[in-house]
Amino acid sequence: MIYLRLFWEFFKTGLFSVGGGLATLPFLNRMAAATGWFTTQQVTDMLAISESTPGPIGVNMATYAGYMTAGFAGSVCATLGLVAPSIVIIVIIAAILKHFQNNKYVQGAFYGIRPASTALIAAVGLSVAATTLLNREAFSATGRLENLFDWKAIILAAAIAVASNLKKLKKLHPAVFILVSAIVGVIFKF
Amino acid sequence: MKRYWELFVSFFRVGILTFGGGYAMLPILRREVVEKRAWATDEELADYYAIGQCTPGVISVNTATFIGCKEKGVWGGIWATLSLVLPSFVIILVIAALMQNFAEYEVVKNAFAGIRACVCVLIINAVINLFKSSVVDMVTLGIFLTVFLISSVWNLSPVILVLVCGVAGILLQVRKGAPE
Repeated sequence: MIYLRLFWEFFKTGLFSVGGGLATLPFLNRMAAATGWFTTQQVTDMLAISESTPGPIGVNMATYAGYMTAGFAGSVCATLGLVAPSIVIIVIIAAILKHFQNNKYVQGAFYGIRPASTALIAAVGLSVAATTLLNREAFSATGRLENLFDWKAIILAAAIAVASNLKKLKKLHPAVFILVSAIVGVIFKF
Repeated sequence: MKRYWELFVSFFRVGILTFGGGYAMLPILRREVVEKRAWATDEELADYYAIGQCTPGVISVNTATFIGCKEKGVWGGIWATLSLVLPSFVIILVIAALMQNFAEYEVVKNAFAGIRACVCVLIINAVINLFKSSVVDMVTLGIFLTVFLISSVWNLSPVILVLVCGVAGILLQVRKGAPE
């Protein structure tokens, strides 16, 4: 039953991804490998679309992945699955709000989870960079080291890295960088 | 009934006006919830955000659930959350439907190849920011490096790593709190 599985997989993602937005990324990559519903490359594309459209990234990702897997009903199941754990947990916390924040066990758990969540996202970043900036097929076909690197992509990434950390441009919306990259991709035939 | 309508309008607006989620949402949420409707004070909103930050799930969804709950109980929480999610849900459905038709075009492929290079950088920028707030001492640095290594080398489920680190955090906290 694909709908139940979609709900369940995204329920798990919603339950264990802490810190919002990109925290769902490691779970989606894992889901891509485990279920074959979509590829990790599609996850990266989804991320770009999510960054350039309104709404929370996690929700965008769930809707997109659900639709790609099982159409409209799939997107409903995936989105509800993602938000269900938040609703349940917050309804409970809202009732005991005052005690929750200052509880030392709660603080302890998140002291451990926060760096773990950061590390999971970092690992995804590394694997996305490896598939985007390197060209392993060309390297293994020719065996020449200069073919390993996708120079166009590396130059574009370096330019974006510099631009997005400049003081003046830092406040720009990520959608601007995404749009510029799309145009560069079309013009220079990436 | 009127309150439900107000919750719907406010959170629908927040959902459609915010790009990128998370912190991008705070100013718009504040204008709707604190200034326009007076459903919460600035301090309460900051608390909701802090809790949203350290509970599972999407931060803005958590905040919407909180405020809905406060105004109209559990159903209010569910209602506010669905209102927030609806605009992005519709927009992504349209894009997903279009993508299936256009994905084969050369132009679209080139555009996404360019975009992917950009996404790498956006992820790394986000990791740097998260790193600053989550890696605060040697212990958290150790957790970061261990999890990074494990998840880069093995195809292990992130669920297990999150659970283990949560338990480790609790144990460390308990030991720190015990009298020496």
